[in-house]
Amino acid sequence: MTQSAIIIFLRQAEGLNLIHILISMNTHNKNDGRRDFLKKSTALAALAIASPAIIKAGENDENIAAWFEKVPLELEINGQAYKLSVEPRVTLLDLLREQLGLTGTKKGCDHGQCGCCTVHVDGKRINSCLSLAVMNHGKKVTTIEGLAKGEELHPMQEAFMKHDGFQCGYCTPGQIMSAIGCIREGHANTAEDVREYMSGNICRCGAYPNIVDAIMEVKNGGKTV
Amino acid sequence: MINFEYIRTSTAKAAVDAKTKNKAAQFIAGGTNLVDLMKKGVTAPQRLIDINALPLKEITNDSRGVSIGALVPNSVAAENKLVMEKHPLLSMALNAGASAQLRNMATVGGNIMQRTRCPYFYDITMPCNKRQPQSGCGAMDGYNRMHAIFGASDKCIAVHPSDMCVALAALNATVIVNTTKGEKKIAFVDFHRLPGDTPELDNNLAAGELITAVHIPANHFNKSYYLKVRDRLSYAFALVSVAVALEVNDGVIKSASIAMGGVAHKAWRLTEVEKYLIGKGTTANVFKDAAEIGLKDAKTYQHNAYKVKLGKSAIVEALTKATS
Repeated sequence: MTQSAIIIFLRQAEGLNLIHILISMNTHNKNDGRRDFLKKSTALAALAIASPAIIKAGENDENIAAWFEKVPLELEINGQAYKLSVEPRVTLLDLLREQLGLTGTKKGCDHGQCGCCTVHVDGKRINSCLSLAVMNHGKKVTTIEGLAKGEELHPMQEAFMKHDGFQCGYCTPGQIMSAIGCIREGHANTAEDVREYMSGNICRCGAYPNIVDAIMEVKNGGKTV
Repeated sequence: MINFEYIRTSTAKAAVDAKTKNKAAQFIAGGTNLVDLMKKGVTAPQRLIDINALPLKEITNDSRGVSIGALVPNSVAAENKLVMEKHPLLSMALNAGASAQLRNMATVGGNIMQRTRCPYFYDITMPCNKRQPQSGCGAMDGYNRMHAIFGASDKCIAVHPSDMCVALAALNATVIVNTTKGEKKIAFVDFHRLPGDTPELDNNLAAGELITAVHIPANHFNKSYYLKVRDRLSYAFALVSVAVALEVNDGVIKSASIAMGGVAHKAWRLTEVEKYLIGKGTTANVFKDAAEIGLKDAKTYQHNAYKVKLGKSAIVEALTKATS
């Protein structure tokens, strides 16, 4: 990272002094890979924390929040608390991938038609491409990176490997997150059920039979997912 | 996506006030349709009013019927015990829509407010009177395989995409709306409108009004079924769908309510069919006659004439499934 600048200025608005924090950055280092860049930018994003007073104001006063070009956002991702400041138009998917370096969640269609971007919010599976990050204020997000316990894979990850539940692997993080949701919701009692309740996850390689086998095995194994 | 201002509201009054103050603002709940439309450039609200913190997430029941809060997710409504017990038709229709992930996000109010999936509406390089009034209709002489066979106009032949709404129309639901002057009720069948000369208006909600709940009156229907026909077995919009609710005693139909989806700018009630069915038996011949009556006024376009035959078969199948 060769350049970064933090500009803090005060703006007078409706009789209130609002601290407006902008971070501009320009990163060009030929030795940096794309992932390194994303991960470094995470550290920078962490700087963009508004003061607690302003976060409080943004939460409670409908009039004030609209004045921010960036909106304060607090959420928990894979057990870690984040205090962020994001543009309202940033989706949860783009926040995870582009700003926090959590690139395990994939962008497929970006229109809620493929399921690649499936994550859990407060335990429920959703399409992160259609959820604005700011709408997840105060929520707990789990991504594919949050499943394993250290070196120990989640049973669904193990089952996908055992049953060859993928070929190219691009849809796999979404499939696994969705599969866990499918069992938790009680929709994995039969293979037919699984096919219906996994229909929001498209696999262009056609690994569907193996995906169904993996889910049924985890379901019948009785472990809590 | 063009950036916008974002505010969170915690009461219906604050939300309605915020919307009334700013005509270029829109409410956002689940976001599954609106965010998509904003990404495509179909709509670009200057301000989004996040209503997710509003206390509209209850499902309640009394002697008059079941009320479902506007912010109840589709998945929660579909699997709610009261809904499944009192109105299994609604549960079936909800589960026929979208995917498990989308149903977890999408709300009941948002489902009602979703826009058409007409590809000419979505493609901002094409003419569309709904997206841009007076620009023409790309679907009229275009690839109109998914389009309306009832109630269309020379300005618009788009269909409403919801499954849930087809069930709510059949169940004689009421939409509860919050306005600056207090609460008002709109019969579900009068909520959405036909395109006429102003297809940009999907429904009869006035600017600033907010859906707070849907009420489904208690009824005597003891047989029901939601049949959805689509290009694949799951996770696709309806080509045609049929919601059937019947009260059958000793093999005789005492009352009937039937609505179709995928055929019009709104859920399409088949009132003539309903009248015909009263007093009839639940036989194959009766159902066949009902289907003929149901589709007799259909008007088709170049690529959607198949919907007439498909619609008739779907009516027969839905009535058969409901009564078997």
